[in-house]
Amino acid sequence: MQIADEELELLVADLHDRYGYDFSGYARASLKRRFERLAGLDKFPSFAEFRYKILKDPVYIKRVVEEITVNVTEMFRDPHFYLALRAEILPVLATYPFIRIWLAGVASGEEAYSMAILLYEANLLHKTLIYATDINPAVLDVARKGIYPAAKMKQYSENYLAAGGKGDFSEYYTARYGYIKLNEELSRRMIFSTHNLVSDATFNEFQVIICRNVLIYFDKTLQDRVFHLFNDSLDIFGFIALGSKETLKFSGMSDKYKVLKSGEKIWRKIS
Amino acid sequence: MAEDLIGPGYQCVVIGGSAGSIKVLIDALPAITPHLRLAIVVVLHRKNAADNSLLVHLLRSKTLMLVKEIEEKEPICSGICYIAPPDYHVLVEKDRTFSLDASEKVNFSRPSIDVTFESAAVVYGASLACVLLSGANSDGAHGLIMAGAHNALIAIQDPATAEMPAMPRSAMNVVENYHILQPEQLAGFINNLA
Ligand SMILES: C[S@@+](CC[C@H](N)C(=O)[O-])C[C@H]1O[C@@H](n2cnc3c(N)ncnc32)[C@H](O)[C@@H]1O
Repeated sequence: MQIADEELELLVADLHDRYGYDFSGYARASLKRRFERLAGLDKFPSFAEFRYKILKDPVYIKRVVEEITVNVTEMFRDPHFYLALRAEILPVLATYPFIRIWLAGVASGEEAYSMAILLYEANLLHKTLIYATDINPAVLDVARKGIYPAAKMKQYSENYLAAGGKGDFSEYYTARYGYIKLNEELSRRMIFSTHNLVSDATFNEFQVIICRNVLIYFDKTLQDRVFHLFNDSLDIFGFIALGSKETLKFSGMSDKYKVLKSGEKIWRKIS
Repeated sequence: MAEDLIGPGYQCVVIGGSAGSIKVLIDALPAITPHLRLAIVVVLHRKNAADNSLLVHLLRSKTLMLVKEIEEKEPICSGICYIAPPDYHVLVEKDRTFSLDASEKVNFSRPSIDVTFESAAVVYGASLACVLLSGANSDGAHGLIMAGAHNALIAIQDPATAEMPAMPRSAMNVVENYHILQPEQLAGFINNLA
């Protein structure tokens, strides 16, 4: 189904007025694609019927939010990013008595387990709390369980090695019936919670904030709001890490931050 | 259709290709006028990031035009040759900026040519030209249908000249109005657009 610009704005308004989900700051081209994709998946014959369902069925809204947001993720996505974390950030964190890390837009949690493995191998996990948040409760349920398809492990163990993994990746999980479960030792230091970057406030002070492949879906204004939120939530000399195509450069905050040497999208707060 | 029927007035050309398309592009680039008043957007299937920066360097060596990998929310300017980054779909916003999207692969591809053809067509309409080159799958065909529906100009590489004819061929099977392009006509075709 093709959704026209005006129709898209109707859906955005419906979701906000009726259910309190504010997608008005999302980049329109991808939002439009997501709605069109959903209408196609669920085989709506017309826009009117699609909209009617959204307006009348509060249960369906859960599915809408799940499908409108892009939840694609993997363990050790962009392995070189994790190499940079190991080389440039972990040694600094090691000097702190206690470490708080916020993973915003963590999706189904692969990123949180990757981070936990990194910290574990640096012997820092025991003194760290990982706050893993997302707008989407369904993906957080998956994250909490730490159960993923076994078929993905070949790719993940390659990523793990490319990310400077020091151990035997298969020791971090147990496999059963086509699925793997990551060791509870890794999730013991994680706190999962819904948090909406559009509307929710800061909830703690962190030494590291990682928010990857979330801001590409936001327009400039919303990106700026989120940068302020992160700035308010980050300790001085803390680190912000973004996805490989995202930048703090144009945020009006760049003079408060210094990009790290590695060439990865990691900044340190210097004032 | 003859090349001279294409008047100027196009603002953007999206070039999609897969296996066998790089050589066509590299051969054409030196003959493309560097200060063309149109933006060139290249969406090629790549293996990985290293592969892509190699491609950017290679293309740079062939032209005076600015050749760059697309950054998110970057304004689309004429006279620049933009390359899709690996592992992201490239979308066009109404205010003529790019946005990137790491959602599911389309036709086993990310970037997908379909996605960019369709998204650019919605914004540029009849001032868009789409070119589909050699490739081994059927990405691009659906996007060209959408582009056609928005009155974009369509050119497809002659499958007989394509190292991998499947992609141009599957597009020709479903698209209605298009120009057939010989590889050596690509530069002239683009120069005539603006
Ligand atoms: C593409 S995933 C990124 C996952 C992971 N960070 C990575 O890079 O692999 C984007 C995530 O952002 C979440 N998200 C989208 N809008 C959000 C919002 N307003 N607040 C919090 N999370 C949001 C989505 O639910 C999704 O899980």
